[in-house]
Amino acid sequence: MSTELAVKTEQLSRVYKVEKRGARAGEREIIALDRVDLAIPTGELFGLLGPNGAGKTTLIKILTTLLASTGGRAWVAGVDVAQNPWEVRRHINMVSGGESSGYGLLTVEENLWMFSQFYGMDGRTARTRIGELLEIVGLADRAKTKIFHLSTGMRQKMNFVRGFLTSPEILFLDEPTLGLDVQTSHKLRGFIKDWVGKRAEKTVLLTTHYMHEADELCHRVAIVHNGRILACDTPGNLKKSLQREVVFRLRVTAITNPEELFQHLQGVQRFSHEDVNGHTELNFILEDENALPPILTLIQHCHGELVSLEKRDPTLEDVFISLVGRGLGERAGGVGATEGEPG
Amino acid sequence: MSKPTRWGIFWRTVMGRAYPRVIGMQRERSWLFFDTLLPLLQVSAFVFIYRAIQAPPEFTGFVVLGGAMTAYWLNVLWSMASQLYWEKETGNLELYIMAPTSLMAILLGMAIGGIVATTVRALAVITLGLLIFRIEVSIVSVPQLLGVFLLTLVALYGLGMLFSSLFLLWGRQAWHLSNLFQEPVYLVSGFYFPVRALGFVAALGASVIPITLGLDAMRQLLFPTMMAQFRFLDVGIELGVLAVLSIGFLWLARRALTYMENLSRREGRLTIRGQ
Repeated sequence: MSTELAVKTEQLSRVYKVEKRGARAGEREIIALDRVDLAIPTGELFGLLGPNGAGKTTLIKILTTLLASTGGRAWVAGVDVAQNPWEVRRHINMVSGGESSGYGLLTVEENLWMFSQFYGMDGRTARTRIGELLEIVGLADRAKTKIFHLSTGMRQKMNFVRGFLTSPEILFLDEPTLGLDVQTSHKLRGFIKDWVGKRAEKTVLLTTHYMHEADELCHRVAIVHNGRILACDTPGNLKKSLQREVVFRLRVTAITNPEELFQHLQGVQRFSHEDVNGHTELNFILEDENALPPILTLIQHCHGELVSLEKRDPTLEDVFISLVGRGLGERAGGVGATEGEPG
Repeated sequence: MSKPTRWGIFWRTVMGRAYPRVIGMQRERSWLFFDTLLPLLQVSAFVFIYRAIQAPPEFTGFVVLGGAMTAYWLNVLWSMASQLYWEKETGNLELYIMAPTSLMAILLGMAIGGIVATTVRALAVITLGLLIFRIEVSIVSVPQLLGVFLLTLVALYGLGMLFSSLFLLWGRQAWHLSNLFQEPVYLVSGFYFPVRALGFVAALGASVIPITLGLDAMRQLLFPTMMAQFRFLDVGIELGVLAVLSIGFLWLARRALTYMENLSRREGRLTIRGQ
C-alpha cells in the first residue's frame, strides 16, 4: 500500500456475537461493519457521517487498535493494524466526545503531562506544548485546576489538548463536540480546521452525526448506515447529486402520522419529519415543484396550518435522507421514506 | 522531536502513571485518619487480647508488623487488582492501550506509586505502634530484613498485576472478588499471629500469597528469640521462595496481560458500551 494513504481499508468487517437469553437461548450476530472500503490520503480531513449505531465508532476502534476486525484488512500510516498494532499507535491519537478520562485529583496540566509520558515525550517539550495548546483552546487560566472542578465543556477542551499534544500524524475524532454548547463546539471546530489547514502532513478522521459539522469541516464525507458506506465524496458533490430534485422545508402546526399522509403521494422522493417547538417540521425531496400543491392540500385536510415554507438548497441531511430514507435524528421505526423509490 | 525508543517510552510511562498515586496521597489527606488510625485500632484490639492472656510481649510486635503490612495487601487488592477494571469504566484504559506504550509499564507505574504511597502509611502505623505499645526489636540482619521486605513487595505487587488482568476479564465481579480475598488472607497469611499456628500444610498453601512468607521472615529477623519456636521456614528458604514468586508472578502477569488484551480486542471488551 502507498504510504501516501493515511488510512486504507479493504472489505473491513466486524460482527459481534451476542448471547440470547430465555427460551431462544443461543447466539445471534450483529453486523456492525460490513465490507467497508476506504482510502484516505494524507492531509485530508475526512468525515464519517451517520446516525448512532451506524458503525462509525466500530470503524474508529478497529483503526485505533482497540478492536479486532472479523474480516478484511486495515492499514493506518501504511501499517497493518492487525499485524503491528504497536507501530500504528506511534502515529495516532484519538479524542472522543463525552470522554471522562484522567484523574480528578490531578490538575489539567498534570493530567496532560501524564498522558504525554505514555508517548515518551520529554518533560520540557510536553510542558511547552501543553501551555501553547491550553492557550489556543482558552483553558490556560485553568491549567492548575483539578479536573473534577471542570465543567463538561472545559473537560472536553482538555481532552482536545490531550489528543493534539502528541502531534499525531493521524488523529481520530469520535463525535468530538458531543454534548457541548454551541460556542465551545464552534471554537473547537475552528481549532481542528486550523490545525489540519496549516499542516499538510496531518490527517483527521472525524465521526459525527451533526451534518453542519461534517459540512463545515470535511474535505470528503462518507455516509455510513448499518455498517456500510453508502456514498463518499466532497460535501459539495454529495449535495450536487440532489440538484435535479427540489427540496422544501415546511413547518406546520402539529399533525399526526405524517408518514401515512405522505408515504404514497406522487412526486415525493423522500421526506423526513421532526417535532420542533410544538410544530411539525417536514422536509421533502420532490421530483419537481408540481408535487407541492397536493402536499399543501393534504395538510389542510388534516387541519394543519402552514407556519412557514422554504425552498432551499440541498444539505447533507437531504443527501442522507435520499440515501437512507430517513433523517439522522429519526429512529429506524419512524421511517418516512417512500418505499421502493430511488434514493 | 526524535522518535522515543521503546524503553524510553516504558520508563516515562512508569513515572507518569506512578505520579497520580504519589501526588494523590498529598492531596487527599484523609488517609492520615483512615489508613493510620483505623488500622491502629484493629491492631490495638489484638494487642489487648494478647496482653489479657499474658502472651509474651513479642506478640505485640507480631501484631503491629502485621497491621502495617495490611496496608500493602489492601493497596494490592483495591488499587492494583481492581484498577484496570476501574480504568476501563472511566475510559482511561482505551487511552492506555491506544498509546504506544506497554500495559506492563502502566501496571508497574501503578505498583511503584502504590508502594511509595503505602509505605508512608505503613511506616506511620509502625512508628505509632512502636511508640504506643513500646515494642522492643532486636534486628538480626538489616540487609536480610530489607531484602525480605523488598522481595515481598515485588512478589505481592506482581500478584496484584496478575490479578489486574484477571479481574478485568471478570468484569463487574472485580469488586466482589476484592471483597472475597480481603479478610481470608488476613487469616491464612497470619497477619496477627505466626502462620505456623495454622499447621505446616495450611501455612504452605498460604505461602502462595507472598505476605505469608514475608511476614514470617521479617518476624524471625525482628524477634529472633520468640520466633525460634514459631518459625515456619528458614529465612533463607523464604527468601528463595519469594524470589521465585516474584519472577513467577511478573511473568504470569505479562502473559495474562497479553492474553487479556488479545481476547478483549477480539470480543470488544476494552471499552464500555457506548464509548
